Amino acid sequence: MENLIKYYNSVNSWALKVLFRNLIVFKKTWATSLAFNVVEPLLYLAALGAGLGVMIPEIKGMTYTEFIAPGIVATSAMWASAAECSYDSFVRMHFQKIYHAIIATPINIREVVIGELLYGTFKGILSGIVIMIVIALLGLVTSFWALLTPVIFILSGMIFSQISMIWTGLVPKIDTFAYLFTLIITPMFLFSEVFFPLDTLPEIVQQIAWFLPLYHIVFLLRALTLGMVGPELIHHFLWLVIFTLVIFPLPQLLMQRRLIK
Amino acid sequence: MSVVIEANNLQKYYNNFQAVAGVDFQVMRSMCFGILGPNGAGKTTTVGMIYCFTPISGGELNVLDMDVTHHPREIKSRLGVVPQENNLDQELTVWENLLVYANYYGIKRANAKEKAKELLNFFGLSEKAHHQVEQISGGMKRRLTIARGLIHTPEILILDEPTTGLDPQSRRLIWEHLRQLKNRGLTLILTTHYLEEASHLCDDLIIMDDGIILEEGKPYYLIQKHVGEKIVEIDTEEAKINNVLEELAPLSGGYQLAGQTIFLYIRKDENPVVNKLNSFDYVNEYRVRPSNLEDVFLKLTGKGLSYGEFD
Repeated sequence: MENLIKYYNSVNSWALKVLFRNLIVFKKTWATSLAFNVVEPLLYLAALGAGLGVMIPEIKGMTYTEFIAPGIVATSAMWASAAECSYDSFVRMHFQKIYHAIIATPINIREVVIGELLYGTFKGILSGIVIMIVIALLGLVTSFWALLTPVIFILSGMIFSQISMIWTGLVPKIDTFAYLFTLIITPMFLFSEVFFPLDTLPEIVQQIAWFLPLYHIVFLLRALTLGMVGPELIHHFLWLVIFTLVIFPLPQLLMQRRLIK
Repeated sequence: MSVVIEANNLQKYYNNFQAVAGVDFQVMRSMCFGILGPNGAGKTTTVGMIYCFTPISGGELNVLDMDVTHHPREIKSRLGVVPQENNLDQELTVWENLLVYANYYGIKRANAKEKAKELLNFFGLSEKAHHQVEQISGGMKRRLTIARGLIHTPEILILDEPTTGLDPQSRRLIWEHLRQLKNRGLTLILTTHYLEEASHLCDDLIIMDDGIILEEGKPYYLIQKHVGEKIVEIDTEEAKINNVLEELAPLSGGYQLAGQTIFLYIRKDENPVVNKLNSFDYVNEYRVRPSNLEDVFLKLTGKGLSYGEFD
């Protein structure tokens, strides 16, 4: 038990110093990184909402664009965190040897991992909020409950940063990240009710979807954006909190195993 | 004089491979302590254990009176590390590298700025402060890495092959800086396979190979003990090597053979050997030179060379 607690204790002021390092770099590159984050979801919205959407009458009382907008926000936030803690973290760890440089200081490897996860989370939150503002400007946000969406972005950021960091702790080389995206991120993107309701598919697909974090994130964001708030939201929220806490030791454990021999 | 690092029967295994096989040594404050050995001798592993990067597998290792297994954070806050591979932060400028690193140690920003300025000045990097790390030369990167290791004013600075891959000028410049740091009382731990570097800088050293310590002592003492004052290098025909060795045996303290060259160890006076050599018509050429640490090193670790002791 004591062994497990140390992984949760790594969230401390040492980890914040690692986050701080990443934020200094972010200050230099934020404009480009954000621009890419915004352009892609807008392309999806334009193509699917304005293009495909004309052919689709209504989904549960929402226009098709209204239906997909919160899902697009969720996937953008997912991609932002997932990319940061996979490719970008791998480059820092493997090619730039930044983790090695940091763990020669009083900071330990677990705190380095937390610093990286916090940065991945930050990127996800930022991406989520910016695109949320964009869809609000497009008139696709109809409820003040949307002000609570940043809470969901925090959980989403933590979850996808952790999933990617687990991969970073395992992959032999940078090309191997393709598996993460092909096997996990893309299926999640397609089967989490971002583009269509799952009740048209066999029961089994819905049951599998329940295990996908993005499914719960999309559900919550859609409900808050369009003001469809009810007690069932607590169930989805708790799912995300528990998932975050359960996998929490894994990224640190794997990175420790990878670097400390 | 106080002991700052003490290893007792220190061991390291990587799975079944024994990288360090039970070594004992002590490092005294304000000394330059050298760890010499060929590639794969266990030097990097040994210093890795000192700066709490590599967990120890057995024995004891105390740094500044603290055990490395239980006090890594405290130890690391008082050690500076210059790793073998440059791991400067490529996404930051020279100046930012120092400030961000200072922050890892929890140094207040104002103090960090002052210290960074002083270090850039000391290492001749002030003009490059706002350059990207990628834009500066290899020698400068190395100096910056050393400066970074000093940002928190450590008591001990660990340098793992600090001049490998540098040109001779950059190397000498770094030696000069290290000597100045030593004169100010900083304890240095240096791994190297440049013997010249070790003789220039080290007060005390160990020679490692295959994870054990072959020899230890002051550079001058080791030279005296193993090879004597001078070396006569003799080029001869292959067929005559045994003749030459036989004739010269009583006049020398041992030899080493590399191809067709004999390295003859001279204890005191080279004149008797020289006189004999002048009388041989089959000796093409010979040179007398002062012996150095490299001769000791080759004698002790001499892989691919044959070595002989005269009775």
